[in-house]
Amino acid sequence: MCAVAVCATILIGICVGAVGISPLQTALELLHHIPGSNIHSSLGPIDSAIIWDLRFPRVVLALVVGSMLASAGSAYQGTFRNPLADPYLLGVSAGAGLGATLEIVLFQSPARWSLPVAAFIGSLVAVSLTYALGRSSVSGRSSSSLVLAGVAVAALLTAAQTLVQQRNSDKVREVYAWILGRLSVAGWSDVWMVAPYVIVCTLILLRYRRVLDVFAVGDEEALTLGLPVNRARAVIILAASLGTAAAVAVTGLIGFVGIIVPHTIRLLAGNSYRRLLPLSVVFGGVFLVFADVIARTALSPEEIPIGVVTALIGAPFFLYILGARKEGSLV
Amino acid sequence: MNHTLSTTMQVNNLSVAIGDREIVREVSFEVTTGDWVCIIGPNGAGKSSLLKSIAGILPSAGEIRINDFDLNALSHRDRACWIAYVAQSPVIPPGMTVFDYVMLGRTAHLKMLASESQFDIDMTSFVLDELGLSEFAQRQVASLSGGERQRVTIARALAQASPIVLLDEPTSALDIGFQQEVLTLINTLRKEKKIAVISTMHDLTTSGIYPDRLLLMAQGQIQVAGSATEVLTKENIATHYGANVRIIDDFGRPIVVPTDF
Repeated sequence: MCAVAVCATILIGICVGAVGISPLQTALELLHHIPGSNIHSSLGPIDSAIIWDLRFPRVVLALVVGSMLASAGSAYQGTFRNPLADPYLLGVSAGAGLGATLEIVLFQSPARWSLPVAAFIGSLVAVSLTYALGRSSVSGRSSSSLVLAGVAVAALLTAAQTLVQQRNSDKVREVYAWILGRLSVAGWSDVWMVAPYVIVCTLILLRYRRVLDVFAVGDEEALTLGLPVNRARAVIILAASLGTAAAVAVTGLIGFVGIIVPHTIRLLAGNSYRRLLPLSVVFGGVFLVFADVIARTALSPEEIPIGVVTALIGAPFFLYILGARKEGSLV
Repeated sequence: MNHTLSTTMQVNNLSVAIGDREIVREVSFEVTTGDWVCIIGPNGAGKSSLLKSIAGILPSAGEIRINDFDLNALSHRDRACWIAYVAQSPVIPPGMTVFDYVMLGRTAHLKMLASESQFDIDMTSFVLDELGLSEFAQRQVASLSGGERQRVTIARALAQASPIVLLDEPTSALDIGFQQEVLTLINTLRKEKKIAVISTMHDLTTSGIYPDRLLLMAQGQIQVAGSATEVLTKENIATHYGANVRIIDDFGRPIVVPTDF
């Protein structure tokens, strides 16, 4: 079922756009690229290039980034026992924002690869700072001290980023475009940049799905059940943050995916992370592909930043979740 | 982790400090398979902290020996194979079924990243069956009443299959009917399953019913230890609780009644 959903999503993501291409031709064109296959579509070289060099990498990027954000969101919600936790909780977004802004401001004509690298370094610095601060607080490494440290680090770095941005108002537009999030049209290079991190990190998170269920009884009881709580949480945070940092570095800040997708799955398939985590990987990707289709086509030929689309869908949904929470089904 | 052999736990000069405040001071006692030791004492005496330090939640100084080895030398996972802990107000995970909750007790017997085997699933079903909880298996823990929940948390401790079970105030949230039900259950289980039970308890009269030995703690230390009739006296309660009580002898069992003279 999941495989069908993913294949259908890929086809729809590729077919829909400024130039309409039939699903059948798209499928044939994709099969043509499988090494050793003898299948040919009747598409001309331009349509063929649109599919293979523009839309397909973009769809794959959306799948990969959506999977990462949704599974990182699930993992954060589980390990912090906080339904409102998202992958940016520990300062990933603020760090990436500062890194990207500094890069845009300091270098006049930066190389294409350098923006993601700067954002990636920024988010890793932010998460390390959060972890070091949360850990050295009096109450040990309790989850709440980590979250509080994350809030403080995010506030600090966001303030620094705003200051830098305000001092360089000529670059505001560029910084702003990055912050709103976009799925790049640079072909396959962005996919190759982010995919290795996402694959490794989601595989680690998937292996911890039973452990995330143990976290549900709280740190003290989890400890007496035999779970090395601090070590397990450190690995989960590391994997979720590293993957998120890689995703954010390439696509900018895409909000709400890490909250909407896991919560929808909880409503439909229950709270156990054994199901939640694999389903988040699948439907996080599917959701982002559809959000991107809307972003590309709703105001065509203009493109809406994808972060705006996910927030426009996400915010009302979020309020609905809060309403459902009061009935006690979620928290 | 062999249950058929008798297990003895010795607590020697155990101290617990939070910051520079010592909450438990040089506590020593011993408990063996089949025993029920109950810790009583006024609020803030250090009862819960003592249990938490034995459970490995709070760090402690001193020594805890099980049979011949040092408990504090074990990893959390190995420790959990020896000691199960039921918190005073257990966290009830939202949306978790009774079956999944009880199966969490199997965590210590699994490698961290492994899934449960058929044995763990069978063990969980067996425990649920024994405690009459089978019909609740697919209900959410959060939807159960207080008495049912307490049975479910005890079921989780049994699924853990540890020879020593710590119960922090197992009856504090229950009405008198459920109190009786839970205490009888613990009393049966410790004999049938060969478990050593260490509990704290609030209600003095109740603490005199089933436990073999009472430890009266105050100011972090064990002040009096012994049978219910030895510990629950007018003088002890006046000294350590600052309360005026009368003791009524109910066929050899002390009943503690508050009084104003």
